[in-house]
Amino acid sequence: MIRHGRRFALGLVLLALSSGTVAADRHIILASTTSTEQSGLFGHIIPRFRDSTGIDVRVVAVGTGQAFAIARRGDADALLVHDRRGEEAFLADGYGLERRDVMYNDFIIIGPGEDPAKVSDADTAAEAMRRIAGAQAPFASRGDDSGTHRAERRIWESAGITPSGSWYRELGSGMGPTLNTAAGMDAYVLADRGTWAGFGNRQNLTVLFEDDEALSNVYGSLLINPERHPHVKHDLAEAWHRWLVSGAGQEAIASFTRGGEPLFVPVVTR
Amino acid sequence: MESADNAFITAFHLIVSMDPVLTGIVLLSLQVSLSAVLIATLIGLPLGAAVALWRFPGRGLLITLLNAFMGLPPVVAGLMVYLMLSRAGPLGQFGLLFTPTAMVIAQCLLVLPIIAALTRQVVEDLWKEYAEQLKSLGASRARAIPTLLWDGRISLVTTVLAGFGRASAEVGAVLIVGGNIDGVTRVMTTAIALETSRGDLPLALGLGLVLMLMVAAVNGAAFLLGESARRQAG
Amino acid sequence: MSDLRVPVGLLPLALREVGFRHGDQDLLKGITLQFGSSGKTLVMGPNGAGKSLLMRLCHGLLRPTEGSIRWHGGGRLGGQALRRRQAMVFQRPVLLRRSARANVEYPLVLQGVSRRQRRRQADAALERFGLSALAGRPARVLSGGEQQRLALARAWVMRPEILFLDEPTSALDPAATKAVEDAVLTFHEEGTRIVMSSHNLGQARRLADDVVFLCRGRLLEHSPAETFFTAPASAEAAAFLRGDLVW
Repeated sequence: MIRHGRRFALGLVLLALSSGTVAADRHIILASTTSTEQSGLFGHIIPRFRDSTGIDVRVVAVGTGQAFAIARRGDADALLVHDRRGEEAFLADGYGLERRDVMYNDFIIIGPGEDPAKVSDADTAAEAMRRIAGAQAPFASRGDDSGTHRAERRIWESAGITPSGSWYRELGSGMGPTLNTAAGMDAYVLADRGTWAGFGNRQNLTVLFEDDEALSNVYGSLLINPERHPHVKHDLAEAWHRWLVSGAGQEAIASFTRGGEPLFVPVVTR
Repeated sequence: MESADNAFITAFHLIVSMDPVLTGIVLLSLQVSLSAVLIATLIGLPLGAAVALWRFPGRGLLITLLNAFMGLPPVVAGLMVYLMLSRAGPLGQFGLLFTPTAMVIAQCLLVLPIIAALTRQVVEDLWKEYAEQLKSLGASRARAIPTLLWDGRISLVTTVLAGFGRASAEVGAVLIVGGNIDGVTRVMTTAIALETSRGDLPLALGLGLVLMLMVAAVNGAAFLLGESARRQAG
Repeated sequence: MSDLRVPVGLLPLALREVGFRHGDQDLLKGITLQFGSSGKTLVMGPNGAGKSLLMRLCHGLLRPTEGSIRWHGGGRLGGQALRRRQAMVFQRPVLLRRSARANVEYPLVLQGVSRRQRRRQADAALERFGLSALAGRPARVLSGGEQQRLALARAWVMRPEILFLDEPTSALDPAATKAVEDAVLTFHEEGTRIVMSSHNLGQARRLADDVVFLCRGRLLEHSPAETFFTAPASAEAAAFLRGDLVW
């Protein structure tokens, strides 16, 4: 009994020690947004990048605000996010060397099929939001300082509304949990098209408003300044950064579809 | 109730099909949680026993801290370990963030107070009964520790299982320090959180059932071990 | 460690003006007596007289708050080294949660005896006390009498120069009591000094060479057994022998 116990314990120790060395070497940590990860895009393009370069990309999917924080602390080798203002601030503070537009898709306004605020009749995104506020229809906001949340606040601003009241619910959650909550309480919600396309628990929710310049959602890749964080795998990260905007990378992004429809549009075709 | 039915079917399919991705996730979950519990046990048992046997200044404070840390929110533990292991943190040079090792460290931090605090209670109770006899037989306090731990083994197995339960159930800490990287640091709980946020509730619940089976299997193994120990030692 | 093997015996054991105070109560006071190097001493007295306390002080489990306890051959040995040359059997022995044999081996483990030696000595001790058939059984499931004999076997492997027994038969039936008394005689025959507390007069008459009589924390008498039983010097001892309540 005791001897068996010892062998078991020894095995566990070896297991514990080995855990640090699982799959090593040529990889980078990419801090990106939950919207891109959850759409399934990375599962499509990273294998292609790996096949041509031998570099693996490990995606840490968090809100855009947290992605910037991780990169500023030097914990990521590369960044792919969707908040132009935040990206420019990142560059201005000297954390990034270069920013490139990679791809875009759009935000959509989603709500209950009955559409009590008549959002689908609106001509602009701002008007759609005004209708929601006017009807005091429940609206689920990310409330997490993510790229989508920042976009939502910009649209409210352009509509001249400071949303408040019991109909406006700040959830402080990622896109998926916010959609889950919205589905549960028949609320309106601003979502990115990628997450929506991959979202399975729609219940009564449907797309009510789309196609407006204000809803454009541009993703940018940032090359991190190696002078700020010397340990960052600059060369590998640069290979990724260049590949994304190369012909091969753009083609890989364009060929990612869901239900027959592309979810992200590469910038070169813009 | 539709999604619950789907969940059972999904869980069944997941297990029967031996899906390699799922297998990898289950193995990593076991590896991380068992490693964390093993390390926490190796530290927590002697630590708890030492606190039980010796009187020293600050002992009351230490016991209070251990008891309080039993309820440490996983997110806070994750954040603390993140700040330690981050490149900008004191242990940043080792590059451990977003690796399974970081997850082991974070879970260890969650489990250690449980094991140490419960061990202290078990050993202190035993010591009341044993102190005179062991002293008479010529055992020093330090030498009494392994004796007491061995004699308390049946209670201590439960203690270690409580630690394993906490480790395998938590999501907050491993999500922050592991990053839920597909194929590298994705474990059962973070996979469940991910599928929930993707709105694939049947898959999320199915994974949850698989996790419960996994935890039940470990508990069952420990139970059988405990029973055989009980039969041997009375 | 080498001084453990010095053949000089620990005994005699001398107590001088030993007292033990707990709070503002004198549980023992002014005890002066000597245990010679051989024989069987019975410590007697009514409940609460301080019998258990006296034995714990002698064995070194407690420190006297006044007076001194000195082993003649103890030299500069520390408490633990001293205790390894003694043994004590408690009223309710604490047996470890392992097999009977492992319990007997335990003090030898503490002394660093090799595995093979341990096994041999333990088996010999188990056999001597009629426990061979129970060697593999969990100690905690044994009967009260078996447990007490196991505690004696455990003391036996320590080869103690002196054995303290604190009311070892008070919870046992007559057959088990007889087995324990036989075991005590076995120790005695091997040259172990016996100090045993009891309030069983019959047992004391059967076993005692000399008697220490305590009452309310005081030593009232220390005399040869025959003297004590036939002509006790103190009124309390006389009353105790008559079976009157004494306090």
